[in-house]
Amino acid sequence: MIELIYHDLCSGCGKCVEVCPTNVLALNAQARPLIADQGACQTCFMCELYCVSDALYVDPDCEQPRHPDPVAVREAGLLGQYRRDSGWDEWADDPRHRNEHWRMDGVFALARGVPLVGKG
Amino acid sequence: MTELTCDVLVIGGGLAGTWAAVAAAREGVRVILVDKGYCGTSGVTATAGPGHWWVPPTPGAREAAIDKRLGTAYGLADARWMSRIIDTTWTSLPTLSGYYDFPQDERGITQYRGLRGPEYLRGMRRLALDNGVTILDHHPALELLRDDQGTVAGARGWRRQAGGDWQVRAGAVVLASGGCAFLSRLLGSHTNTGDGYLMAAEAGAELSGMEFSSYYCIAAAGSSMTRSMVYSFGEYFDAADRPLNIATGPTFTESLAKALLNGPVYCRLNRVPAQIRAQLPSIQPNLMLPFDRRGIDPYRDRFPVTLHPEGTIRGVGGLRVIDDDCQTTVPGVFAAGDAASRELIAGATSGGGAQNSAWALSSGQWAGRGAARLARKKPLHRGALQGFGGAGLTPGCSSPLIRRIQSEVHPLDKNLFRSGTQLERSLRELDNVWDHVREAPRAADANPLRTREIAAMAATARWCYSAAVQRNESRGMHQRSDAPQQNPSFDAHLRVYGVDQVQSRFDPLSLQGQTP
Repeated sequence: MIELIYHDLCSGCGKCVEVCPTNVLALNAQARPLIADQGACQTCFMCELYCVSDALYVDPDCEQPRHPDPVAVREAGLLGQYRRDSGWDEWADDPRHRNEHWRMDGVFALARGVPLVGKG
Repeated sequence: MTELTCDVLVIGGGLAGTWAAVAAAREGVRVILVDKGYCGTSGVTATAGPGHWWVPPTPGAREAAIDKRLGTAYGLADARWMSRIIDTTWTSLPTLSGYYDFPQDERGITQYRGLRGPEYLRGMRRLALDNGVTILDHHPALELLRDDQGTVAGARGWRRQAGGDWQVRAGAVVLASGGCAFLSRLLGSHTNTGDGYLMAAEAGAELSGMEFSSYYCIAAAGSSMTRSMVYSFGEYFDAADRPLNIATGPTFTESLAKALLNGPVYCRLNRVPAQIRAQLPSIQPNLMLPFDRRGIDPYRDRFPVTLHPEGTIRGVGGLRVIDDDCQTTVPGVFAAGDAASRELIAGATSGGGAQNSAWALSSGQWAGRGAARLARKKPLHRGALQGFGGAGLTPGCSSPLIRRIQSEVHPLDKNLFRSGTQLERSLRELDNVWDHVREAPRAADANPLRTREIAAMAATARWCYSAAVQRNESRGMHQRSDAPQQNPSFDAHLRVYGVDQVQSRFDPLSLQGQTP
């Protein structure tokens, strides 16, 4: 679930508050996002995807808070991973992050042991 | 109270809802789309990667695809409806160019069939806005409204971020509110609590196929990442590190479920080819997040896995549609996507991702267009509107009821492996829950949605298990240990209806796809 908001990275744009489908986040009096209802988080990572500042961290544990160390998370390079791998925003023209979702068919076929014809 | 007026009100902004809104707007009518969360991230498509049922119009191809699916529908699906969604999907997806950047494969062929969820829904939002749809995010609907003749004439709800209530007066309503997984850990499913089923049933709508609601999906334990593709390569072990015989294929879920009932199950993905490992972040960018963030190398380490229940999401059941426009048995109320029963195209088996996405896209457009055409013919009602006196509309302190509902519908040994006596026991407990929902004391809860969601989940659970009791046989995903064979006397559609008193009826197969 959502665990960390890095206020030094946050631009205060409010996008995360807008896009969270379960209304977990809210803006405080200084127009900064805060985790208002952590228990409502469904661990869908959508807030991270829409945060162009990579200022949010969702822990993959969907059942209980883990209280991750904000410095360790940052130093491990985990911020912005989903947005980067999705090729959003400034990553859009990076050939390393092209949308290869279409390969799913080939992966399934490979798993079934079916020889791949014309698929990567 | 914010009061608005339109021709078509779409409730839900996921895959079906956005296609419905676009189709309605293209008919030239005024469309409002309300979403409980945010249109673009809400619902189970936005977090997934929907492939569509994608069959070219080459001679014989579609007939063969339909025949294959009829074989797993166990008599309950309709070839004509399958043909309709194949055709609508084939012609619709390419029109999204400009809103979705369809990639090309190595041979330069544009790939339309599978889309990434976040980009798909982001594009659908933009397409809806460009077609003049008014989108109201964080506007959960609480109930349908009727005029003094009893005709559905809109809906009302809560502005959960802006504060206050909303009311929309509309000529027709499309329910695209999703299915119901009872707040399981299925990725993206927490907005889908069966609200639309309840709203429609209060107005007199029927549901169909609710007994087919026992689908489960694998995920790493403790995570929400129900993306099953890589698990086809999995090797499975018990707690003593003994290999388990869990083979990819139609018996996968059942084998895994049986193993899980005996104790923890661990998985290792060492059989994933190196080339695929390198490509995975570009194929499914969210797949590796739980592993990377937990410091697990799934190709080397064993990690515990679980099954997350999907209820009616990848299950089949939903509101019964009675005509080609996906109108429900309540005039002026249309249903699309997981809110509608998919029995017509999937029968007794989950349609899986491909059929289900094709259904959402197609039923959404039919419902939106049908609603628009109906609304255009209808003078807008100007008098007073009122609700249907539904359950859970008075905020009460009933959060413990969620656990009680879940403990009947989530466990594998109650829902996946069914028996008549257990279903009856669960139903009695769910009836007790329902009584509590009905009697919920007024509380100073600022969140009117929560109680209503609980009511919707309780009602949905009762419909699912009432249907499961009535279908005293095994068919498709509905498997009962006390009636393990398919029985021709149940070659019929099972309709359930009623909110306080749940009732049911078998309709003969000849009635399927009938237009009124």
